[in-house]
This record gives sequence, structure tokens and C-alpha cells, in this order.
Amino acid sequence: MTTLLELAGISKAFGGAVALREVDFALEPGEIHGLVGENGAGKSTLMKIIAGVHSEYVGEMRLDGRIVRFASPRDALAAGIGMVHQELSAVRALSVAENVYMGVQPLNRLGLVDWRAMRHGAREHLDSLGIAVDPRTPMGALPLGLQQLVELSRVLFSGARIIILDEPTSALSPPEVERLFGVLRRLRDAGRSIIFISHFLDDVLAVCDRVTVFRNGRKVAVEACADVDKRWVIGRMIGAGHDELEESYLSDIPLQSPAEAPVVLALEGLGRAGAYRDVSLAVRGGEVLGIYGFLGAGQLELARTLFGALPPDRGRVLAGGRTLRLTSTSRARRAGMAFLPESRGMMLFAKEPVFKNMTISILERIHRLWLRPAAERAIAREHVERLRIRPPDPERPLGTLSGGNQQKVALAKWLTHLPRVLVLSEPTRGMDVGAKDDVVKIVRGLRERGIGIVVASTEPETVLSLADRIVVMKKGEVVREFADEPVSKDRLLAAA
Amino acid sequence: MSDTQDDAALVPPRRRDARAWLAARLRNIAPLATLLFLVAFFWIASDSFATFGNLTNILTQISVTAIIAVGLTFVILCAEIDLSVAAIANATGIVVAFFTLQDASVNIANVPLPGWAAIVIALASCYALGWINAFGLTRIGIPSFIMTLAMLQIAAGICALLVRGQIAYSVPPLIGTLGAKSLGPVPWIAIVAALFLLIGHLVLTYTRFGRYVYMVGGNRDAAEYSGVNVRRILSAVMIISAVCSGVAGMLGVAYFGSAQQNEFDTYLLDSIAAVVVGGTSLFGGQGGIGSTIIGLFVLGVLNNGLDHINIDSFLKILIRGLILLIALIINVYAQRVRLAEAGG
Repeated sequence: MTTLLELAGISKAFGGAVALREVDFALEPGEIHGLVGENGAGKSTLMKIIAGVHSEYVGEMRLDGRIVRFASPRDALAAGIGMVHQELSAVRALSVAENVYMGVQPLNRLGLVDWRAMRHGAREHLDSLGIAVDPRTPMGALPLGLQQLVELSRVLFSGARIIILDEPTSALSPPEVERLFGVLRRLRDAGRSIIFISHFLDDVLAVCDRVTVFRNGRKVAVEACADVDKRWVIGRMIGAGHDELEESYLSDIPLQSPAEAPVVLALEGLGRAGAYRDVSLAVRGGEVLGIYGFLGAGQLELARTLFGALPPDRGRVLAGGRTLRLTSTSRARRAGMAFLPESRGMMLFAKEPVFKNMTISILERIHRLWLRPAAERAIAREHVERLRIRPPDPERPLGTLSGGNQQKVALAKWLTHLPRVLVLSEPTRGMDVGAKDDVVKIVRGLRERGIGIVVASTEPETVLSLADRIVVMKKGEVVREFADEPVSKDRLLAAA
Repeated sequence: MSDTQDDAALVPPRRRDARAWLAARLRNIAPLATLLFLVAFFWIASDSFATFGNLTNILTQISVTAIIAVGLTFVILCAEIDLSVAAIANATGIVVAFFTLQDASVNIANVPLPGWAAIVIALASCYALGWINAFGLTRIGIPSFIMTLAMLQIAAGICALLVRGQIAYSVPPLIGTLGAKSLGPVPWIAIVAALFLLIGHLVLTYTRFGRYVYMVGGNRDAAEYSGVNVRRILSAVMIISAVCSGVAGMLGVAYFGSAQQNEFDTYLLDSIAAVVVGGTSLFGGQGGIGSTIIGLFVLGVLNNGLDHINIDSFLKILIRGLILLIALIINVYAQRVRLAEAGG
């Protein structure tokens, strides 16, 4: 039996940043192949090369023994490689049948869409996969798990022999996961090959035949799943002895919560459909609470809820004994909440000078009605000095600063009049080590001054470097709390 | 995204400063250069253009547009649009006439009220129409383009129902004075327009609300995540726009000497053109009343000047269209330069 898909010596860089170094990868016919690694380890880059999204790379890809290089996802699909993305791309307003037949609708003699043939075809196709859905149902009316299966069937229907699934289980409940696995196993037994990318190692080990592990752009291991366990996989993923920063999180970090500090924010049974369920947490003054989870685990949505940007469906949030009505961001801000969103585009006025960016949230504290630019500039100069923002010029358009400095400006927004609770979403993502250190120092300084801080992140290092107490979220629920005990990266990953 | 930012930081300061200076000024320089060019052109081409009397003419001619354009500047700074301005102006003008005693020859079922009452009712109606625009935009979530298109039709319907094809002539005395009389050599309507422009400028430049308008236009998400009540700002600008249009409509009726259907139709395009030709960004966050003033004069000088050089009046329409197109090209181009400069 020849190898179905074989990649040899693949390297890929974006600008100066190397995403993949000399990676080999092989996929056999009739195999479910797991692909794991931390964020940024290179697995999605590799998949995008296979699926034709990136056509510029060094190295060789062979399909059925012949060298191929895809110029576009369409090319890849024509060669039999299809991908189901984490963010589903189905058209929610169209029926299941129309989604299955997307772009290839059957026509009748008049050249019109043959709806009857389409319904029958779609039903047969879905039946053959064991998916019980009425093809006339609008896609948007189906639960996410079924939408995903329909999308999978669409990729199969367009002739794919190799299917790439990106985080297919992140939004699924346990029975939906079982149903998906059933379909995947049936496909494998019919000779199709599946690449299964996931952070959920239990899922990978349950359904895959082999697993390939990535770390820092390299393939570090490939083994049969029957021969390994979760511990082994985590060990390969996070490695050891590569660089100091990494290593410091491998050993135990003692967590210590401030004793007897008052609770400044309490969440009681907070829930929002499709995001998180039944979250109850307390944040103390002078404490950094880390909320860790994979992408889609709900912690980033929860963070937005705390700033009024994503109102909850149920439960309540209490501050100082009063229930907060988190229905708008301005209300949340007036109630003493502050927020740093996960993407810089969501918090920056790139064309406005630094000082206007810093004072936007405190203008009414400076003057109810009028602007006082002199006072604003004085405030800005102080922050620029204290946070070591470079270049130290409050008049510069913010967009001309580097990412780390932009992040400091965003933090400075909330430093003049301290909030009751500061919520940080991915506060150090994409920053260099120096800027990360600065942010850590700023956050520690704020903690000393007694405010409650919540750090929501998908990166274990972020919560480990900042938090005094860590809760882990998984598929919308809090599954584990680490408090007053040692914690390390592998324990955190194992809990998620 | 971070790459371009780093690039911007790496370019030698002097070259970057020169580039930034030009880019930042392109939006301001181009309209002013256009204005100077037009003035010079008509000055040379016509004897009757550069006179004091004609300057008063131009001021009077642009006044109604100017009052509408003040409100529209707020809306466009927020990266929204209001297509109902002219229709709301028309409706408000007709409402004020409807509640004023008309001559017996005027065959509309008007309800004569004291002048102040007519004015209050007219202001209340334009406020209400603006509030409906705001509600549709911020609460229901209808894009302003569509919402105000519907309002255009609704306001036109109000006009049609009130006058039923007839023409009304009388307006309250205060409106009559402000719209059609002069203070010495200066027409009152130009003074009102100047006041509106001044107040608009002060609000945008020196108040907290003004800053929020720029920030909401500059990056709506960032404004939201800074705790700015974006809905309230958007509602306010839609109402400001409608009230400015209403005042322009009342004075306009006095200025024209009549209140009838469709008499403000050309003002929709003129007021949008004035704001955009002046250099206020259609993408929000950039520009202001200063730009709008330049834009008003460009259009005013162009319309007036073309009358002085005996040009084919049908060609005039085409020329106005071409000028607007050029302004739009500069507007979009300037946006692109600034985006590249600011790195996103």
C-alpha cells in the first residue's frame, strides 16, 4: 500500500517569523491521523499548505506518489483534499440539501435547479453517512453538531478523499462527539483518510490511529495512538530544556491567594447560550484570577460579558452587594469595570494621538461637558513616562507605535482612575518578551493597589505568569480550580 | 498588521514626517486648492463675479445648504449617512406653513396657530423624525443608508398629505425675518448659517460629545470597548441632523417665498457634496466643520460662477457631477494614504 499523502522537508516563513522548519508528514489511506501542538506550533500552517491556502513554501508534497503544489483551495479540492474549518462556513439561510449541493446544483431540462433531484440526492448521501437530517431543514435551525456533519458531508460529496478537520469537537457535547466519531470511523473503514487537528487530547487519542506532535514549527513525534497516553503527548507538546521562558512554566508555580481580601466581584450561575454555562466565581481585591481554556471554551466571551459587551442570558453579577446590570459597556464602565479586549483593532484609535487614546474612558472625570486638552496631555505624559512607552511622545498617532507599546497605551486607559475590576483578555498575545514583562509588571502593580483583576486567555503561559488563582474552562463550563497549590503547564493542559 | 507598524517605526524620522505631513494635509489642501482655483478662474472669466453684491449672493445661496450640512457633518463623522435631510427640511417647512394662517386663495386645510406655536410644532416634528431615524439605526439595527432612505419617503409623504399639490406662502414672522430679510447688508439667513456652523464647530472641537463623535467614527469597536455609549452618540447625531435640516427647511421656505412639495430635492446632493468635497472622510473620524465650510464655498462659487459665464445650464449639471466625483476620488485616496501611514 503506498502512502496517500506525503510531505517532505516543508518549511514556511511569514516575513521573518519561521512557522515551519523541515517538517515531514505522511498520511496513509484509511487512517485517522491526529495533529496536536500548542498555539503557534505550526499545525494550522501545515494544514493550510495541504489545503491549498498557502502555495508558497519550501519542500515537496506528494499525492499518490506524484508531486503536487496547489495554487488555491479549489485546486486542492479538485485533487480530493477538503477542509472543515472550526468556524463553519455553511450558509445558514439555505437548506441542508442546498448546502450539500453548494455550487453543483443539479439542473432539469429547462436549465432550472432540479429541487427534487437535489433533495433525493442529499438524503441518500446523508443516509449513507448515517446522518439523520431532513434535507429541507434550514441549516441555521440545526444544532452545531449536525451543521458540522452536514458540512463534512458536503466536503465528501464534492469528492474529497482526504478530509481535514480543524478543532471539530470544540463546540460539541459528549453525545455529539460520539456521533461524529462514529461517522469518522465509518469513513475510515470505507477507505477515506482524515486529518484531525485538536487541542482535546482525549478526543485525539480516542478516535485517531496515529498522532503527530508539533512544537515550535517542528514535527517532534509521530506514534500509534494505541502505544501512547495523554501524559506522553503533553510531554512532547511542551518539550523541555528548549528555552528558559518555556521551562519556567514546566516546574511547579506556587499559587497563593491573598487571605481575607474582600470579594469585589461575584458571578452567580452566569450563562449565555452558545458561550458558557453556569459560571460561579468570586474575584477578590488585590488578586489576579486567571481563566484558562482552549479557543471556544468560553472564557473570552465571559470576559466580554463582564464589560457589558455580551449580556448574559441567566445568572447575575454582584459587586459590593449590588447586582450589576451589564447591558452596555458604558454602564459597565460607570459601575467600575474596565476591559482590555483580545484584539488590538478592538481597542485602538490608530489615527488619533496617543493622549486621546489614553483619556477616552475618563473624559467626564476631567470635565463633565468640555474637553481640557492640557489636562489630558498632562495625564498622558505621566503614563508615557511611567509605563516607558516608546517613543515617548503623546502627540503621535497611535498606529505608528509598535504592538507592545500600543498594548501599554490601552492599559493606560484604565490607570488614571482605578476601576474596581480590570478584565484582561489575552493581554500578552503576540508580544515580544520585553513587552510581556512590562505588562506583567503593570498588572502586578495594579494588584498591589487592591483592584480585582481577571485574566482570560487561551495561552497557558499568560495565566501562569500573571495569576494568583486559576480556573480552567472547558466547553463553556468551569471544570477545575487551582488555588493555594502548585500548578504547572502540563497540569493546566491536562485539566482543559 | 504588526509588520506595517514596525515598518512605520523604522523609516527615518525626517522622511516619515514629510510623508505624514503631506498625507495628513492632502485632505485639507485639495479642497482649498480647488476653491482658490475656482475663485481665480471666475474672477478672470467674468467681470460681474468678484463684487461685494455677488459675495452676498453666494452667502445667501449656500446658507440653507450650510445649515443642513452642519448636522450632516456630525453624521458622516460617525461613518453613517442621512439621506432624509432634504425631505425632513421640506416636511418641516411645510409643517410650519401648515400651522400659519394662509391667504384665502391658498386651498389647504391649514390650522392657524400663533407663530411661536407653529415653530415649536415644526421643531418637534423634525426632532421626532430624527428620533425615528435614530431608533431604526441603533435599536432595530437598520443600516442608516436604508433607514434614512425610508425616512426620505416618509417625510415626502408628510409633505404631500399636508399640501396636497397646493402651494402655501405665509410663515410666522420670525421665520420670515430670518429667512428673507437682511440685517444691514448681511442677510439674516447667512447669519443663522454662520451661527450654526460656529456652534457645530465648538461642539465638535471643544466638548466631550464632540470627541466621542470622532472616536465612534474612528473605530466603533474601540469606542464601545472604551465604555463609550455608541448607541447614544449615534442617536444624538441622527437627531442633530434632523433638527438642523428642520431649521434649514423653515428658513428655506421663507427664503423661497413658498412651501410646496419637492422644493428641497436638490439640497440632498448639495449638502452631502459640501461635506465630502470639503474633505470629511466618508469612513468617519476625519474632517469637521472647517472642511464643510470649504466644501460649501466650493459648491457655492461653482454654482454661482457658472451663472456668470453664460454656460449652457444643462452642462452645469454635468460639471457639478464631475466635481463631486473628483472630490470622492480624493476623499478615498486620502483615506488610503492615511491608513497606510497609521498602519491600520
